[in-house]
Amino acid sequence: MRDDAALSVKDLTISLGRNQVVHGLSFEIQPGKTLALVGESGSGKSVTSLAIMRLLPDRIGRALGSIRLGKQELLTLPEAQMRKVRGGRISMIFQEPMTSLNPVQTIGTQLAEVIRIHRRLKGQALQEAVLDMMRKVRIPDPEERVKQYPHTFSGGMRQRVMIAMALACNPSLIIADEPTTALDVTVQAQTLELLKELQRVTGTAVLFITHDMGVVAEMADDVLVMRDGREVEHGSVHEVFTRPKSPYTRSLIEAAPSLVGKLGTDTKAAEPVAELPIAAGVEPLLVVRNMTVQFPVHGGLLGRVKGAVHAVEDVSFAIGKGETLGLVGESGSGKSTIGKAIINLAPLHSGNIEVAGQAVDYRDRKSLALLRRHVQMIFQDPFGSLDARQTIGSAIMEPMRVHGLQTGRAAEERMEWLLERVGLDPARASSLPHEFSGGQRQRICIARALAMSPQLIIADEAVSALDVAIKGQIIELMIDLQKEFDVSYLFISHDIAAVERICDRVAVMYFGEIVEIGPRDDVIGRPGHPYTRRLLSAIPITHPDQRATGTRRAPDAAPPRSPLKPLDYRAPPARWARASDGHFIRDAS
Amino acid sequence: MTDALSPTAERAASSKSAWAVLHRLNMTTWFGVAIVAALILAAILAPLLATHDPDAQNIIMYLSPPGPDNILGTDQFGRDIFSRLLFGARYSLTIGFLAIVVALIIGSLIGMVAGYAGGRTDIILMQIMDVVLAFPSLILGLALVALMGATLTNIVIAIAFTAIPAFARIARAGVMTQRDREYVQACHAMGFSNPRILFRHILPSILPEIMVMASLWMATAVRTEASLAFIGLGLAPPTPTWGGMVREGFDNILSSFHLALFPSLAILLLVLALNLIGDGLRDAIDPRLKDAS
Repeated sequence: MRDDAALSVKDLTISLGRNQVVHGLSFEIQPGKTLALVGESGSGKSVTSLAIMRLLPDRIGRALGSIRLGKQELLTLPEAQMRKVRGGRISMIFQEPMTSLNPVQTIGTQLAEVIRIHRRLKGQALQEAVLDMMRKVRIPDPEERVKQYPHTFSGGMRQRVMIAMALACNPSLIIADEPTTALDVTVQAQTLELLKELQRVTGTAVLFITHDMGVVAEMADDVLVMRDGREVEHGSVHEVFTRPKSPYTRSLIEAAPSLVGKLGTDTKAAEPVAELPIAAGVEPLLVVRNMTVQFPVHGGLLGRVKGAVHAVEDVSFAIGKGETLGLVGESGSGKSTIGKAIINLAPLHSGNIEVAGQAVDYRDRKSLALLRRHVQMIFQDPFGSLDARQTIGSAIMEPMRVHGLQTGRAAEERMEWLLERVGLDPARASSLPHEFSGGQRQRICIARALAMSPQLIIADEAVSALDVAIKGQIIELMIDLQKEFDVSYLFISHDIAAVERICDRVAVMYFGEIVEIGPRDDVIGRPGHPYTRRLLSAIPITHPDQRATGTRRAPDAAPPRSPLKPLDYRAPPARWARASDGHFIRDAS
Repeated sequence: MTDALSPTAERAASSKSAWAVLHRLNMTTWFGVAIVAALILAAILAPLLATHDPDAQNIIMYLSPPGPDNILGTDQFGRDIFSRLLFGARYSLTIGFLAIVVALIIGSLIGMVAGYAGGRTDIILMQIMDVVLAFPSLILGLALVALMGATLTNIVIAIAFTAIPAFARIARAGVMTQRDREYVQACHAMGFSNPRILFRHILPSILPEIMVMASLWMATAVRTEASLAFIGLGLAPPTPTWGGMVREGFDNILSSFHLALFPSLAILLLVLALNLIGDGLRDAIDPRLKDAS
C-alpha cells in the first residue's frame, strides 16, 4: 500500500444485523483519480460508501477492517471528529438532486451554510465564496440565481448546485453515488464533463458509484466491479474494458448500445417529400394520425384557460402487426403521453387513432372496451403498478373476468399457463407482489398484459428500472413472447441500448414532435436530424479508448422551447425529407 | 368490540401483515384489549353474573354502602349497582359500536367518492362535512336526540351523525393519495370500472387507517352516549345506562358518593381502554404503511 493514497480501504467487512453484506473489500484511490464502484442494486456498493462516511444505520450496522482517509483511520474516529470529516474532507453527491436540496431555502443560503460551517467565513467573504462556487460549476447569472429556490432549477442545474456544495470545502474525497442516473443523457454528458474538469483543477479523489458501464468508460481511472458484496474484478479502466476477466464484467460491458456512431452520421442528402407516408409497407395494426395532446393551463382571477401545454403536437405514425416501434426522447418530450393518450389515460385533443382497422371513438363505451382488449400497457415500476394487497394470480385473472373472456376454472388455467410462459412457477400464484424481485414483478405485469390476448402492448419504460442483467432477460422474454403471440409493441424508452435490441423501427421525439422515424439501423446508425445526433452523441462511450475523440459533443445549440402555447397557437405544418427507404427526417428549420 | 374489529382488519391487510400488526402491538394496547374484552364478556354474561335483578327495587335496602349483600351497594331505590352496571354495559357498548359502524360506512363512502371524483363533487361533499364538523359533537347529538326522541335507534343515529365527517375526511385523504398511483392507472388501462377500482383496489389499502379512526372514535361515542344520558337524553329510566346512573347518583353525592363513583369509573375504564387500543393500532400500522410505500 502506498502512503499517499487519498483513501485506502483494507479488508472492509460490513454486516447489517446478522447479514454480512460486504466481504473483505480492499481498494485505494490516489489524489486526483477516480475509482468507479460498479454493481447492481444490492451488490453492496452504496453500503460501502455509507461505511466510509460512517453513516451505517445505528445498532445494526457494523464495519470491520480499515478505512483510512490520508493517514487518518476513520473506523475508530470519535463521532465528534467524524462530523468534521463529513462534508469537510469527504463530501457526497447523491442521485436525486430533487430531494437532496431543501425546497424552502434559497440556493445561496444552502451553499453558504456548508461554507460557513466548514470554512468559517462570514459576511462579504462568505457571499463572495458562494458566488465563486456558483461560477465554478458554471451556473449562469450566479448573482440572480443565488436568491432563487431549488424548484426553479432544472435537474441538471440542481446537480450542479450539489456539486458546488460538495466542492465547497476542498474535500480530499468526493463520493458520487449514481449522480447522473436521474438525468437525461444530454444533461448527464454535461454534468460528467463538468465533474471531470473540476477534478482536474482541484485534484480531488472521486469514488464514483454507478451501474452504468458507459459512465465508467467516460469517467474512471480504475474500476472495481462488485457482486453480492464481493469484488469480482479490479483493475485499471483500460485493462477491464479491453480484457475483462470475469464473464459478469463482460456481460455488463456488452449491454452498452452497439450501433451508435458505428455507421457514420452523414449519407447522401435527404430528398424532401410532400407528405409523411404513415403506414408504409406493412399491414398496420395501430395507426395514429395527427395526434395532439394538450393540458389546459388556468390562470387569472377567474381561473380561465389561458393557454395550453402542448405535450404532443401533431404526431403521426403506424405500427405493423408483430412489429416493435421504439419511441425515444428525453423526459418531457411527450413520449409517455402518446402511450397514455392511446389508451385514454391522457386527454386526446385532436387526431385519429385506428386499432386493427377500426377507428377508436373515445366517447363510446363499446369502442373503448374493444380498445382495452386489443391494447394493454406495461408500466415502468412493476411494484407500483401492481396492487400490493392482491395476490398475483388474482391480479392476472381479474382483467379476464372483468371483460368476460374467461371465468372460473378456465381463467385459473390460463393464469397458470401465462405464469409459466413468463418463466414463473404457477405454484406461486397466491403470493403477494412484495414477495417477488423487481424482474419477477415485471414478468407478472407482462403476464397480466397478455391475459387479454392483446394485439398491441405499450411498454412505457418497462425495463428502465431494472438492473442490466435482468433488463436483458426481460427484453429476451418480450421478444420471445412477441414471436409466440404475434403481438406488436410500442416500446417507449430513453434507454438506447434497450431500444436497439428490441425495436424494428425507431421514432425520435423532441418537444412533443416526432423529428425522425425509420428502421432501427438507419435512425441509430445514420441519424439525420440534428437533435437525434445530439441525443446519440450524448450517450456515454463504450470503451475508454474513445475518450480521445474530444469534441464529439455538439453544444446545446437551440435554447429550450417552451411547451406552453397561447390558445390560438397552430403548429406550423411539418416538412419531411426521405433519407432512405422508410427513413424520414423532419426538416429542422 | 375488538372481537368485531379484528376480522375486518384481517381482511384489510393480508393475513400475514395482520399478524405483523398484532406482533407490533405493545403491552398497553393488550391491556386495553383485555379490559374491553372483559367488559364485553361481562355484558354478554350479565344475566349469569348479576347478583340481583337490575330493575328490582328494594326500599328497605336503599342507599346501602358496598357490602356482602350488594358488592357495590344500592341506589336510592335499593337496586343493586353491580347488576345495573353489568346490564348498563350492554347499552353503552351496543350504542358505541353501532354508532361507529354506521358512521364508518356512511362517512367512508362519502369521503371515498369525494376523493375519487374530485372537483365539484369533492367541494360540495366536503363543505357539508365541514359544516357538520363545526358543531361540537355533544351539542349536535343533543339537538338531534331532543328533536327525534330518546330511543336506542335515534341515539345511535345522532352519535353516528356527529362522527361521519371524521371518517369522510380520513377516507378522502387516503383515496387521494392512492388515486394517482400507478396501479390505479394500470386498472384504468385494463378497463376496470370506477366502482371496481375504488372498492376492490383502493379500499383495502386505506382500510387500516379507517380502522384506527374507528377505535379512537368509539371512545368518543361511548362518552357522548354517557353525556347524553347524564343530561337526561339517554334511554328512559328504569333502563340502566352508565350515564343515567351517574346522574341519579348525583342527587345523593354528599351522603352516598358510591352511587355516582362506580358508573363513572366504568365509563372511564371503557373510554381509556378504547383509546389505548386506538393509539396502539395507530402506532402498529403507521410503520407498515411506511414500509409499503
